[in-house]
Amino acid sequence: MENATFEVFRGETLAIVGASGSGKTSLLRLLNRLDEPTSGTVFLEGKDYRQIPPQDLRRRVGMVMQRPFLFPGSVADNLRFGPRQRDESLSDDRIEELLSGVGLAGYGSRDVANLSGGEAQRVSFARTLANSPEALLLDEPTSALDEDSKREVERIMVKIGDEQGIACVLVSHDPAQASRLAERALVMEAGRITRAGKISEVIRA
Amino acid sequence: MLKHLLSNQLQLGLAQAAVAALAALMVVLLARKRGIQLVSELTIAMVRGLVQIVAVGSILLLLLRSPSWTSGFLLAAMIVAAGATSARRAKGMPQAFEVSTWAIACGAGSVIAIMVIAGVIDTPITALVPVGSMLIANAMNTNGLALNRFRSDVLAHVGEVEAALALGADGRSSVAPYVQGAFEASLIPAIDSLRSLGIVWIPGLMAGMLLSGARPVYAAIYQFVVLAMIFAASGLTSLVSTLLMRARVMSPAEQLILRPGQKTAGS
Repeated sequence: MENATFEVFRGETLAIVGASGSGKTSLLRLLNRLDEPTSGTVFLEGKDYRQIPPQDLRRRVGMVMQRPFLFPGSVADNLRFGPRQRDESLSDDRIEELLSGVGLAGYGSRDVANLSGGEAQRVSFARTLANSPEALLLDEPTSALDEDSKREVERIMVKIGDEQGIACVLVSHDPAQASRLAERALVMEAGRITRAGKISEVIRA
Repeated sequence: MLKHLLSNQLQLGLAQAAVAALAALMVVLLARKRGIQLVSELTIAMVRGLVQIVAVGSILLLLLRSPSWTSGFLLAAMIVAAGATSARRAKGMPQAFEVSTWAIACGAGSVIAIMVIAGVIDTPITALVPVGSMLIANAMNTNGLALNRFRSDVLAHVGEVEAALALGADGRSSVAPYVQGAFEASLIPAIDSLRSLGIVWIPGLMAGMLLSGARPVYAAIYQFVVLAMIFAASGLTSLVSTLLMRARVMSPAEQLILRPGQKTAGS
């Protein structure tokens, strides 16, 4: 990864597109410090993120991965995980509200072992949102889903952007999906950003 | 049969070792048929084991006349060797040798020290070194099992660990389920040994004590004492090694260092 300089603003979705191995996921992992940059840094609300404790940073910059990686237990247990790290508890009403937001009202008591792939990914979204993040990193969250589940998750992503004003960074290998969801895009090739700009200009070029 | 053929004790011992090794070799060949490759590892381990135990037997002969304090150096050397052997079961893990050696020193070393002070282990070198080495060897096995299990569990659950980190969990709690799993799994042999004592097996130490004229009840109780010490030493070793390793698989910025294909410093 070299010379990656860009900004993301509240309420917008920035897509990072490129072929497999171009460095999209590597770039995303640097943004919540799951990996350490060898040089350069990231600023969150103007503050160098190395000055922010990693746990606090990752609460503020939430991440939804390609696969949901739910923890054993109930859906509600998974939603409570993030707040519990800060000794906070999530009320039943808030859990239901988060689950309704991803189209899974009434799923709180279900065992995650019995969820479909699409349902599990939606729980993963709700679990990340339970931390009330200021920015959201989405690492190809629909790549392992069937077409119906993919549309449902995309609908949730649009809703989150519209209602919560969160800055979203979406990694996708699918330019059509990027066009549907993002306002701006970066194109990556071999670890470098080769194009950047409005989605209509970048994807068409 | 061998006793009738060979009257010299050394020749008899070598012949007995050959027969026992043949049995082990047959298991290896059976495993090979099922695609499990153990030939080179087991051959080296058997030859090494035989040479080492004969060498130790010879050294013990010399040490019989040495003062008791020399046993401390011998046990310390055994702990370092055990740390090196055990660390090989934790390939790719950061500072595996240091972690293993410290863990075995804390686990086996502290139990040996306490038991010597309490008078459970006799201080003459002929008693302290064999019993101490038994504790160190078992601690080494437990440590190897714990690190191996911890490593494989973390590598198999990188996604879950990073999902926890991404949700704001600290490094320790992100790998906590795998620390507990490794600790429990590593103690299965020690627990099973205690559970089956006298029913499934009568250990060599007790047999030796009986042959040397000890009262059967005392020999039996002392065997229990040894197994309880083994459990204590193994448990403490496993606890220390998994806790030390838990801290080492995370960077200061709470990033998972142990990942598939990742090379780590000091591994």
